[in-house]
Amino acid sequence: MDLLVGVPTHNNAKTVGETVQAIRVGLLKYFPRERVVIVNPDGGSKDSTREVIAAASINDLQRSSDLYALRTLHCISTIYGDDPATEVALRTILAAAELLRAKACAIVSPESTNVTPDWIEHLLRPVYRDDFDLVTPLYRRHKFDGLLLRNLVYPMTRALYAKRLREPYAVEFAFSARLGSHLLEQQVWDHGAGGVGTEMRVTLAAMAGEFRLGQTFLGTKQHLDRSSSDLVPAMRQTVGTLFSSLEPNFQVWSTNHATEPIPTFGAEHDLTVEPIRVNRRRLYQQFGSGVAELEPVLKSILSPQTLSEVQGIAKLTEDEFRYSHELWVKTAYEFAASYYKSVINRDHIIQALAPLYRGKVYTFLLENRDASGEEVEADVEALCLTFERLKPYLLDLWNARE
Amino acid sequence: MWEMIVGELNHAMQELARNFAHLLPRLLATLIVALLGWVIAYALKVVVRGILRIAKFDKLSDNAGATQILNKLALPSSSELLSRVVFWVVWLGFILLGVQVLGIVGLQEHISRFFLYLPRLFVALFIVFFGLVAANFFSRAALLAAVNADSPSPGLLATLIRTIIVIFVVTMAFEQLGLAERTILVAFAIAFGALMLGLAIAFGMGGRDLAKQFLERRFLKEKEDQKQDELSPL
Repeated sequence: MDLLVGVPTHNNAKTVGETVQAIRVGLLKYFPRERVVIVNPDGGSKDSTREVIAAASINDLQRSSDLYALRTLHCISTIYGDDPATEVALRTILAAAELLRAKACAIVSPESTNVTPDWIEHLLRPVYRDDFDLVTPLYRRHKFDGLLLRNLVYPMTRALYAKRLREPYAVEFAFSARLGSHLLEQQVWDHGAGGVGTEMRVTLAAMAGEFRLGQTFLGTKQHLDRSSSDLVPAMRQTVGTLFSSLEPNFQVWSTNHATEPIPTFGAEHDLTVEPIRVNRRRLYQQFGSGVAELEPVLKSILSPQTLSEVQGIAKLTEDEFRYSHELWVKTAYEFAASYYKSVINRDHIIQALAPLYRGKVYTFLLENRDASGEEVEADVEALCLTFERLKPYLLDLWNARE
Repeated sequence: MWEMIVGELNHAMQELARNFAHLLPRLLATLIVALLGWVIAYALKVVVRGILRIAKFDKLSDNAGATQILNKLALPSSSELLSRVVFWVVWLGFILLGVQVLGIVGLQEHISRFFLYLPRLFVALFIVFFGLVAANFFSRAALLAAVNADSPSPGLLATLIRTIIVIFVVTMAFEQLGLAERTILVAFAIAFGALMLGLAIAFGMGGRDLAKQFLERRFLKEKEDQKQDELSPL
């Protein structure tokens, strides 16, 4: 096989049909001569997900467009268990890619409701034609979308792993056979966290190794449910994964210095600024009550000075409130060091960060209320530079563990 | 008559001297055993304290919340306290062994009971320690979950969970020690039952309307508002 596209599913009957058809069109349109296969590991869907995939026919495409298949387009669907497990789904896709000797492999999430054929080309081409090992997506986002990524995950990953990869947590990405074999050998998903944040583990493994990374612009990303009431699971998937990666990769991140730009296909960032309804006051209140209620927990995680500064800003009024970049970076680094030292249960450390993150988000929203896309980018860049500048602070905390 | 009295007294004094002469070596043996016991107990105390410090037992105790309780009771650190317990248990054991050498009738049974009681004491200590660890873990988990879910009174909820677990643990420890088993069990059942009944009545009758409003606001309207207002973190 030349190309393999993996579509891990679990109860995605509503969207998976269109996703698979978009993949098929993308493969026939942009890779008509290649030997391709779509692999669908399913986590025991209770709806008609697998039936929808099985029913998707090449004839439907031929009726609606001028596409003709020069080769058989295989589509394999398999159930790996009764419960969804991202790491098992990914391992299934990796194993299939290795068995079939696929030269390039892409993962597409059926949760995305606007997958287009171009996505397949944008993801696979740099790996298949230009020898990249990992290609992650860039999306057109609202300036207040993906704030956890922009305020913590991207700046901290960039500072520590010295690579400016904008979407370290990607549910759509492409990778080479070389990286696929490395991931299978390393069993990256087995390093704690119980299979949470598998996608991010892939990115971090590639960043920590000698792999060629690239980014590609895919356009707007839409999900069925864009609610953020699941902040803590999102933090476990990203921040927890990042923190847990620091111990095995200490030799890599402790010796990195200057950050490297990553080759990018298309726009590096595209922020929209249309007004949206955001309840800022609620974030402010959640920060204040969180700092007050969690004092005994924060005492065991943060240094007395940082805790005192955090408690100090919690007393400020809504208008005066500012969670500075420097204080936020120190907070994040102290959480990372405490996670490493396991001062308390590691999952509790991640949960305790959520109220403080809300305070940082409140400041971000307040400062960028009327900001243009460029100004928001400048603010994120300033935060990234603060993370890079204070990296020795994390090293000091790390080495002072005994 | 007088001679008889003097004779009896002489006899008694001779008997006392004979008994004392008979007891003296045993008394010396007891003192030697006690002294040897002190040396061994002290050495064990130092060893246990060293091992606990290397194993960062105080940190574990901090995490378990045991240090907080000890501080409130003006007691030393957990590792110090445990090493002192080891010292006293070992030394007391040696003293009792020494007393056994004296051959005092009736005391031997109590000494045997003491040695049979030791395992129960250690099991009770084990239950208390790990009970405190569990109480601290679950109360902290509840506190974090309540804070992140923006629930009212997360501190109260965490305290309630900690208290319930501590009551459970203390009951189990007393049961293990065999101290006032029935009283403790009945007191626990009454206290726990009263708490649950109180909550049921408070929510079921007294605060029916309030509970209804709270639940509606919490799970219907507020959730919808939140979904509209919040931003995607990823």
